[in-house]
Amino acid sequence: MSTVATAPRPTRTRRRAVDRPRRPGRRGSVLPTVALVLGALYCLVPVAWVLVASTKSSSELFSTFTFLPGTGLVENLQDLFAYGGGQYLRWALNSVLFAGVGAVACTLVSTMAGYALAKYDFPGRQVAFYAILGGVLLPGITLAIPQYLLMSKVGLAGTYWSVLLPSLISPFGIFLARVFAGSAVPTETMEAARIDGAGDARVFTSVALPMMVPGMVTVFLLQFVGIWNNFLLPFIMLSDESKYPLTVGLYTLLSKGSGTPALYSLAIIGAAVAIIPLVAMMLVLQRYWRLDLISGGLKG
Amino acid sequence: MSPATASPATAYRRTRRRWGAPALFLLPAALLFVAFLAIPICYALYLSFRGMRVSGGGPFGVREETWVGLDNYVTAFTDPEFLAGFGRLAIYGIIAVPVTLGLALTFALLLDLPRVRGARFSRTAIFVPYAVPGVVATLLWGFLYLPSTSPGTWILERLGLGGLDVLHDGMLYPSVANIAIWSGVGFNMIILYTSLRGIPGDVYEAARLDGASEWDIAWRVKVPLVGPALVLTGLFALIGTLQVYGEPTTLRPMTSAISQTWVPLMTIYRDAFTRDDLSLAAASSVALALGTLVVSVVLLRVTQKRSFGESS
Repeated sequence: MSTVATAPRPTRTRRRAVDRPRRPGRRGSVLPTVALVLGALYCLVPVAWVLVASTKSSSELFSTFTFLPGTGLVENLQDLFAYGGGQYLRWALNSVLFAGVGAVACTLVSTMAGYALAKYDFPGRQVAFYAILGGVLLPGITLAIPQYLLMSKVGLAGTYWSVLLPSLISPFGIFLARVFAGSAVPTETMEAARIDGAGDARVFTSVALPMMVPGMVTVFLLQFVGIWNNFLLPFIMLSDESKYPLTVGLYTLLSKGSGTPALYSLAIIGAAVAIIPLVAMMLVLQRYWRLDLISGGLKG
Repeated sequence: MSPATASPATAYRRTRRRWGAPALFLLPAALLFVAFLAIPICYALYLSFRGMRVSGGGPFGVREETWVGLDNYVTAFTDPEFLAGFGRLAIYGIIAVPVTLGLALTFALLLDLPRVRGARFSRTAIFVPYAVPGVVATLLWGFLYLPSTSPGTWILERLGLGGLDVLHDGMLYPSVANIAIWSGVGFNMIILYTSLRGIPGDVYEAARLDGASEWDIAWRVKVPLVGPALVLTGLFALIGTLQVYGEPTTLRPMTSAISQTWVPLMTIYRDAFTRDDLSLAAASSVALALGTLVVSVVLLRVTQKRSFGESS
């Protein structure tokens, strides 16, 4: 696969090898470790901050040192879940609904399409592939406004469908599924199943699908996080606060909060509660990611 | 899914070019693609050449459409605020994209060193922000920037140096870009790191035997080998930059330095929903999408890699 050969120049470095003991020094591993720890701190400090700040009452928030834990955690949690008659929980459930259902359906759609593109030869295959590529390069967000206008025309704007349906198509997901089907499903195995009398649907469900599971998990996770983090699409499509996902809900809290410190505390505890489940999910599922797919697909 | 298509000829199917099973597999994707990508694109194009005027009074005023040719595009590109938005986007992107990629590549190379301590911890920690939604990330950093809650200000004040407002003037761009960098480094690092792990170890063996330092190996062997992955991450970082919207919008309640039209998408949103000028918004969207496509294709051409691989 890797054909890019950039040979190191052995002649130039040979002399140094004699001068120096061959073990790549202990000294050399201190600096990289320090750099990585600094990177880790940079990434963790804001998360640590929001967790600490979520324990502060709204008067402590602006008066005590930022990294000093406060006394208001229980009260904040009560306020958060009581806000607007339990609106926060609604937002969280909406996010789970949009991201969960959307990502599962999108994974199935992408897997079937990627499999067909990788394993079948049919008229228009090339056109379909270029359409997918075009879709990958197109900034999806610029489509949000025409999508909204069309949704209003068919009377779907403002409904759950208006956010869910556009999330089901992911050109990048199809692209990844195609790469994975191409490398993980051997054509010989498919042929063998066909000779045994399995039809196309049977070959797909019992031969190809089990082999594609790691790729499907990757597509699912990417799409789940993508939908969970999406802001502009639900922001444009929805007007009823009870249908908001967490991102739009928290934004509303924050924009109402300018001038009202009580809402700042709510936004902070809301943010803290919102990131815990997703970070936990990422950490657990991390090992199932096949992100090498993304770069693997590039070697052609 | 019923296996109704089974027939004695199935075994030879693959050798013939025909519709049938692949069409069924592609059907859901094709329908969704047409409904949510193709039709909205065509509709946006159509709208961008139309002018909508509201006539009649009251809340039920009639919209009258006429063809206006390129008027909307002319309006968009003569609007100094829209153009200034691209200028601000450029400054933001010039900071965010190279720093994100540079840090991601540095961390990936460091993780790939043979004798580094706590690599697993650092890798996981740097990846955590990926799971934090952009709006929440902005909220976190926003509070860290806000003088009344910022630890930086707290320390500076104890030192008697006075506050530092990072959401104004020269500091605004780095502050906004920092949010994107924080969110993006981990994901890009993992992509680069996994493609580094995919390189067979014997590639470095010769270099190591010849006493090449890890630094030499990183720059002369590893970086060229992960070139395609770098191009891809660069491409996504660029596309992501061009559609930045959530971060500055969420920061607006915290600073007066971010206007309603700070980046192009914010102008588009305002035109569509505050000013109700959908045609102008459509024209600007088309321009932004086309611009992104052109930039992506140029990037792919310039790097001369067959990055997206011909279909085999």
